[in-house]
Amino acid sequence: MLTKEYDPLKKQMFQILDELGKVINPKAVPKIDKETLLRMYRTMSLGRIADDKAIQFQRQGRMLTYAPNHGQEACQIGPMAASRPQDWLVLAFREFNAMLYKGVTLEQAYLYWYGNEAGSRFDDGVNVLPVNIPIGSQLSHAAGLAYAAKVQKKDEVSIVYIGDGGTSHGEFHEGLNFAAVLDAPMIVVIQNNQWAISTPRHKATKAETLAQKAIAYGIPGIQVDGNDVLAMYAVTKEAIERARKGDGPTLIEAVTYRIGPHTTSDNPKLYRSDEEVELWVKKDPIVRFRNYIMELGLLTEEQDAALQDEQKQYVLDTFKKVEDSGLVPLEDIFRYTYETMPKHLQEQLNDYKKYLKSEGL
Amino acid sequence: MATLNLLEAINQTLDQMMEKDDKIVVYGEDVGFEGGVFRATAGLQKKYGEERVFDSPIAEAAIVGGAIGMAANGLKPVVEIQFSGFMFPAYNQIVTHLARYRNRSRGKYNLPVVVRMPYGGGVKALEHHSESLETLFAHIPGLKLVIPSTPYDAKGLLASAIDDPDPVIFMEPKRNYRAFKQEVPDELYKIPLGKAKIVQEGSDITVICWGALVREVEKAVSLVPSVSVEVIDLRTIAPLDVDTIIESVKKTGRVLIVHEAYKSFGPGAEIISIINEKAFLYLEAAPVRLAGFDVTVPLPKGEHHFLIEPKQIAHEIKKIMAFQP
Ligand SMILES: Cc1ncc(C[n+]2csc(CCOP(=O)(O)OP(=O)(O)O)c2C)c(N)n1
Ligand SMILES: [Mg+2]
Repeated sequence: MLTKEYDPLKKQMFQILDELGKVINPKAVPKIDKETLLRMYRTMSLGRIADDKAIQFQRQGRMLTYAPNHGQEACQIGPMAASRPQDWLVLAFREFNAMLYKGVTLEQAYLYWYGNEAGSRFDDGVNVLPVNIPIGSQLSHAAGLAYAAKVQKKDEVSIVYIGDGGTSHGEFHEGLNFAAVLDAPMIVVIQNNQWAISTPRHKATKAETLAQKAIAYGIPGIQVDGNDVLAMYAVTKEAIERARKGDGPTLIEAVTYRIGPHTTSDNPKLYRSDEEVELWVKKDPIVRFRNYIMELGLLTEEQDAALQDEQKQYVLDTFKKVEDSGLVPLEDIFRYTYETMPKHLQEQLNDYKKYLKSEGL
Repeated sequence: MATLNLLEAINQTLDQMMEKDDKIVVYGEDVGFEGGVFRATAGLQKKYGEERVFDSPIAEAAIVGGAIGMAANGLKPVVEIQFSGFMFPAYNQIVTHLARYRNRSRGKYNLPVVVRMPYGGGVKALEHHSESLETLFAHIPGLKLVIPSTPYDAKGLLASAIDDPDPVIFMEPKRNYRAFKQEVPDELYKIPLGKAKIVQEGSDITVICWGALVREVEKAVSLVPSVSVEVIDLRTIAPLDVDTIIESVKKTGRVLIVHEAYKSFGPGAEIISIINEKAFLYLEAAPVRLAGFDVTVPLPKGEHHFLIEPKQIAHEIKKIMAFQP
């Protein structure tokens, strides 16, 4: 059991790949078939390209506020690759890569950040809840999903994301404790990217690791190198098995870094140094994983270059579609308030239409 | 006299009040080192130190709950909720304690707390960043609710709010944060809470508004040059300046209330009830509300349907003026 081997109180961090992608922990390497390894890599690569492009589009005034993921790909792809299609993904808001892996389309993910609710309507069979902006509130949703699975004897686990800053929220405690006492099959992944907007990790909690918080809930917790996709995969796999056996939640702290700004409205130069960022750029999760699969002979430089060209074009084409989608129709802002539109809403809609007509709008 | 935008006016007021009164502490998410995501508290930590100005953990309930304890023990906390849409975790503390301590302790503990929060739409923001939630505070006994619309008012009202012995919810129209500048006196001054401002006098119709909508109403007025419009900026939503409203309505006989807050059970409903109670016989036409639809505030690609525009306000004014009994 990895969670037994790595003691969060002793700051032992689980790792398989070093910063260059060399295996330093051979006995822990998870069995992953070639196809899955390649899918993991392709999704990370697409996520990175789409993420960097989103910032560019935003700077050009073509996209709204966007929360970049650059540098956090591994702690999203690892757990998703370890999950099964029926397992749930419960989002905070910085999980673009995880969404793509779980079957949210790039068009939907973009549409959301483009300011259109249609981007939160994922396809049937995609077990992903919409982006959840109020910090911490998603944990209890995940606990509920997991408990419902347990009660109905469905073989489903819920995997919920939260940030380092989010762990200081009351809802983090309530949701995790709720799941723990119910032995709900839930896994919490904390993306500890060191910053909560301008507030550093050490101001979020006095605890030395975030993983150690698990102890007080009576559940296992483990600190993982969040830029090591194999480690994230292995630890999630174990947590899923634990949850399926009825042993309840696991808390995973993924140590990573937000390379970009908090959102496109943020200026990180106000609160952190370029040197700090540089240090983490060197630990790039994608470079690491690319080296690893190249070493395995699964990918060549030429194939990688071709893949990236193809993905860049795909991203541009998809964004074009999103831009062509235009505005949300008036009816749509009313339509989803209730199953049946009450009379007063119908009246508000009709009156507004009458006004538009009378003004020739 | 300096020319300031609304944010700068708030920053200057906090600075001058802190200078004058060392019981004032300022904190909230990202409020200390960075000076707030909107920079409303920029420079304060540097000047007054980390004890008086600090970054709190992301924990709205503790931000307000902590302020309650601090106020009960001699401090004057001025806290920031990053966006009004994130006040809900704090709402428990606000409603069940902040608003009730004076009454509960039979006057022993008054809580001079100010809870600042940006609110309102029109800035193309993500979900929960565009709501107008004034109804949820105005409804609660024991709370004052203040909303400035201009830099000048922001300074005078915030100074009064900080020195007020009761808890004040101070909602800042983020759409106006940097929208325009205005001459603001360098020295501190106060604008009394509970007192509306007559933005412009008129005799045909009274238009009541506050926050970011005041500017929209002013634009609307220029679209109906033949109508003599009296514009009232409430400035304080709770307690309402009933006298100013009633006096104006008795003069004009017509009234339009404009707010972005949801229509049903919103501030407009209360204002019209008071008008009906106190000036019914003076009315020439039924009082009208132009308010946010009763729907979740849409994301930016649909927000234009939701926002209230000058043209729409002008349309309502003309309709009311055209009414014949
Ligand atoms: C309840 C609540 N309060 C405040 C905010 C504003 N806010 C958005 S992101 C953020 C910081 C989150 O930091 P962290 O949890 O570390 O996640 P990260 O942004 O680093 O992914 C804050 C304070 C919010 N979304 N919800
Ligand atoms: Mg963070």
